[in-house]
Amino acid sequence: MDGVRVDAVERVFRGRRGAEVVALRGMDLRAAPGEIVAVVGASGCGKSTLLELICGLQQPDAGSVTADPAVLMPQRDLLLPWASALDNAALALRARGVGAGAAREQARPLFERFGLRGFEDERPAALSGGMRQRVAFVRTLLAGKPVLALDEPFAALDALTRQEMQGWLGRALADEPRTVVLVTHDVEEAIVLGDRVVVMSPRPGRAVAELAVDLPRPRHRTDAAVVALRERAMDALGAVV
Amino acid sequence: MSETRGPAEEPLRTGGVHANPNARMPTLPTLPTVIGWASALLILLALFGAWELYADFGPVDPLLLPAPHDVAQALYEDRALLWENFTVTAGEVLLGVVVAGAAGFACAIALHLSLALRRSVYPLLVASQTIPIVLIAPLLVAWLGFGIAPKLVIIALVSFFPIVVTTLDALARVDSETIKLLRTLDAPRLRVLRHVELPAALPGLFSGAKVAIAVAVIGAVFAEYAGSSSGLGNLIQTAIPNLKTERAFAAVMILSAFAIALFGLLTLAERLFVPWAHNPPGGNTR
Repeated sequence: MDGVRVDAVERVFRGRRGAEVVALRGMDLRAAPGEIVAVVGASGCGKSTLLELICGLQQPDAGSVTADPAVLMPQRDLLLPWASALDNAALALRARGVGAGAAREQARPLFERFGLRGFEDERPAALSGGMRQRVAFVRTLLAGKPVLALDEPFAALDALTRQEMQGWLGRALADEPRTVVLVTHDVEEAIVLGDRVVVMSPRPGRAVAELAVDLPRPRHRTDAAVVALRERAMDALGAVV
Repeated sequence: MSETRGPAEEPLRTGGVHANPNARMPTLPTLPTVIGWASALLILLALFGAWELYADFGPVDPLLLPAPHDVAQALYEDRALLWENFTVTAGEVLLGVVVAGAAGFACAIALHLSLALRRSVYPLLVASQTIPIVLIAPLLVAWLGFGIAPKLVIIALVSFFPIVVTTLDALARVDSETIKLLRTLDAPRLRVLRHVELPAALPGLFSGAKVAIAVAVIGAVFAEYAGSSSGLGNLIQTAIPNLKTERAFAAVMILSAFAIALFGLLTLAERLFVPWAHNPPGGNTR
C-alpha cells in the first residue's frame, strides 16, 4: 500500500487550432494510506485532471503518478435514472461481474449504515440532492478500492445540505477509512474534512501551499481553530490568485 | 418510507433530507387535457363536415371522392370483408414493425460499437431509404412469392431506418462522464453496454417505433399492391376498378385508425417501460 504519489506531473491538452493548454505543471501530491488530503484551488486549476490521473483515466505527459487502485466520485451523482437507489449503488459490483442478487445483498447493509434505509427502491428522480450524493458515495465505496478520488462531491448542493453532507461524509469516512483525495473549491469544506489541505495555483496548476489540520473531529466550520486555519488558507490562495 | 427507520440505531442518519413526496402522484386529467380532447374532436368534426359539403356540392365526381356518409355506409355494410382483410394487414404491420425493431436495435448497437461500421454502413442505410418501394416491391414478390414474406421485408425496410437513427442518437447521447465512471469501476466494454447504454437506448427505440408505425402502414399497402390475394391494400386495389371508391376510403379510414391506435399503445408502453425518459435527466438537485 503506498497511498498516492504524484511527482512533478505535467499534463498538456491540445486545444483546437493547436493551442496548448497546460493543465498541470510540476504538480506534487502525497496521500499516505488512510489519509484524507483536501485539494483546494480556483476553478480551472486542473483539479479534475489531477483526480483523473490518480484514477488512471489519463496519463501524465511528464512526471509520474503511482497510486493504489482508485475510484472516482464525480461532481454530478450520475445515478442511472432507470435503476433504483440500491441498484445504482450496486452498479459498482455489477460492473465487476457480480450477479444482481449478490450485488444487492452486499449494498444493502451500507444503506443501513449511511442513512439510506427505506430509500432502497426509490428512483433517483424521487431523491433529494443530498440523498443522491449519499447513494453515489455508497456506490464509490462498493467499488472496493483503497483510494477515493472525490471531485467536488457537494458543489451542486445548496448551502445547508452541503454542510449537512460534509458532517455526514466526515462520519462516513471515520466509519470506513480510506485514502482520500478530496478536490474542492470550498476552503471550509477542505478544513472540516481533511487531515491536510493542499492549495493549488491557477493554471498551470501545481501545489503552492500545504496546511496540516491537526484538529480533533468532528469539526465545525464555526470552530475557532477552523476559522483561523481558513484565514491562513485563504491567504495562501489569495497570494497565488 | 422514512417512518420505518429506528430513531437511534444509525449514528450516520441525519434529518432534513427526504424524498419528494409528490414524485409518485398519479396524473389525473387536467383542464388543459380536457380542452385538448375537445378541440381534437372539433377539428375532426370540422374536417369531416367540410369534406361532406365539398363532396355533396362540389365539382368532383363521387367516384373520385365519395362523401363521408357513403364511406360510413361502406364501413358498415362491408364490415365483415373489411375486418377479414384488416386482420391480414394488421398482422403484416405488427410483425414487420417487430422485425424492424429487433433488427434496427441490433444494427444501431453494432454501428454504435464500431466507428468503421458507422462510417461505411450508415451512408448506405441512408441511401437505401431513397429507393422507391414501388420499384423493388415487384422484385421482392418475384423472389419471395405472394405470401407474407415480401410484405414483411418491405414493411421492415421502411420502418427499419427511423428506428436505427433514433436508437443510434440515444446511444450517442449517453453521458461521457457516466462512461468514465464505469471505467473507474473497472467495467469492461460489454458491461458498460449492458448496464448503461442498452437501457439508455430504449427511449430511442420507442421514438423510432412511433415514426415507423406510420410508414409501416403505407409500406403494407404498397406491398399488397405489388402482389397479394388479401389485405386492406389488396382490397383498395380491387375496389377502385370496380368503382367501389367508398370501400377503398373505408379501408383507408381503418388503416388510419389502426396507426393511431398503435401510436397510442406505444406511447402507453413508453410511459410504462421508460418512465425516466419523461423526467428531467439525472443529475438534477432539488
